[in-house]
Amino acid sequence: MSEVRVLVGTRKGAFILSSDGKRRNWRVSGPLFGGWEIYHMKGSPADPDRLYASQSSGWFGQVVQRSNDGGRTWEAVGNLFPYDGVPGTHQWYDGSPHPWEFKRVWHLEPSLGDPDSVYAGVEDAALFRSADGGKTWRELSGLRGHGSGPRWMPGAGGMCLHTILLDPANPGRIFIAISAAGAFRSDDAGGTWKPINRGLRSEHIPDPAAEVGHCVHRIAMHPSRPSVLFMQKHWDIMRSDDAGDTWREVSGNLPTDFGFPIEVHAHEPETIYVVPIKSDSEHYPPEGKLRVYRSRTGGNEWEALSRGLPQEDCYVNVLRDAMAVDSLDECGVYFGTTGGQLYASADAGDNWAPIVRDLPAVLSVEVQTFA
Amino acid sequence: MIRVQLPAHLRTLAGVDGELGFEIAGRATQGGLLDAIEARYPMLRGTMRDQVTRRRRPFLRFFACGRDLSGESPEAPLPEAVAAGREPFLVVGAISGG
Repeated sequence: MSEVRVLVGTRKGAFILSSDGKRRNWRVSGPLFGGWEIYHMKGSPADPDRLYASQSSGWFGQVVQRSNDGGRTWEAVGNLFPYDGVPGTHQWYDGSPHPWEFKRVWHLEPSLGDPDSVYAGVEDAALFRSADGGKTWRELSGLRGHGSGPRWMPGAGGMCLHTILLDPANPGRIFIAISAAGAFRSDDAGGTWKPINRGLRSEHIPDPAAEVGHCVHRIAMHPSRPSVLFMQKHWDIMRSDDAGDTWREVSGNLPTDFGFPIEVHAHEPETIYVVPIKSDSEHYPPEGKLRVYRSRTGGNEWEALSRGLPQEDCYVNVLRDAMAVDSLDECGVYFGTTGGQLYASADAGDNWAPIVRDLPAVLSVEVQTFA
Repeated sequence: MIRVQLPAHLRTLAGVDGELGFEIAGRATQGGLLDAIEARYPMLRGTMRDQVTRRRRPFLRFFACGRDLSGESPEAPLPEAVAAGREPFLVVGAISGG
């Protein structure tokens, strides 16, 4: 019997939603870590019962939680994220130098083959790795030490490393993205890094085609084609067919190309999903209609998916880590909103229904599929 | 026995209820008490003070005997009434956020 487990991080705790493969009847458990912000929760591909959660609070700082039994029980593991060496400075919003300071973990990416190996993307932007199940963390400082580091500047949400993609075909290759520095790639397991932002244009920065400084909101890949990347930038949907060396815009006929998440269908590498948002100053769907847009052509040609989604008076946002897919035969698509709704489609986006409507604001959504 | 009252979220994180008690050998200081709390409940490391700088987290305060001890040196002795267990040491989260 197939099963789906949806891991939801919210502003006030974590929730685990589970269903059989029909995806009609859902059990909702939680809140876990009630009252804390859960920026992200994700399971290990190598051991789906090994879960990691980033738990944080403005009062009490960062906690990392680990479960070895699919979320039934948890233990706090290591929460010390020491920058390697003298942290130095990056740019503050006004361009002045600002010391690097750890604030929180935005994203936890378990490695593909080892449940005890997990990466953490943090604010102020840096990449950490644990090889002992989260007990201790070591910075992969070649990223922050890239020569451009002192020129990185935070986006409105903070200078966060929010996306970590591990190449299943090439164990040494890692992609990451930082708001608002851009995308970077390592080909030596995180030792050294290079910016991969050629082709991006950001009109709000002094040099719109700069090597770094782009507010990349999210990157997605299909595991069968890891050299093809899709990006939701602050504005613009972008595509790379050469592992990020060059990008081209594929916003096409979208009503607006601002937004946060981007996701790829589990079985169709050219089918991608975005949620257009009106603008960077008005973070809600255009016309008050919540619509997912799907391209079956890898971009440029987009169709609105609205069946089952609110089509009037809807002013929620969908954050960058709040969309995911399952890998059942008919791909399921899931996203959470800042209004606390968790919408699911069991037919690749054609029809939608809320699993739950009244959670705290959703920060992240991940899906585990048990065939 | 030094009595400690933690805010609700830290009690939940540590898996404890109510007031906690700690025996500290020799002169009891604020830093020594925080060391003792973190040694018994390692999941609280970093939640009251930064693990590297040892500075108190900005949205937390330490109170005892009707006084704000937040600005005290970690080496300063705790008030005699706290050290003797007549008064609790309070870890308080700021009421903020509207």
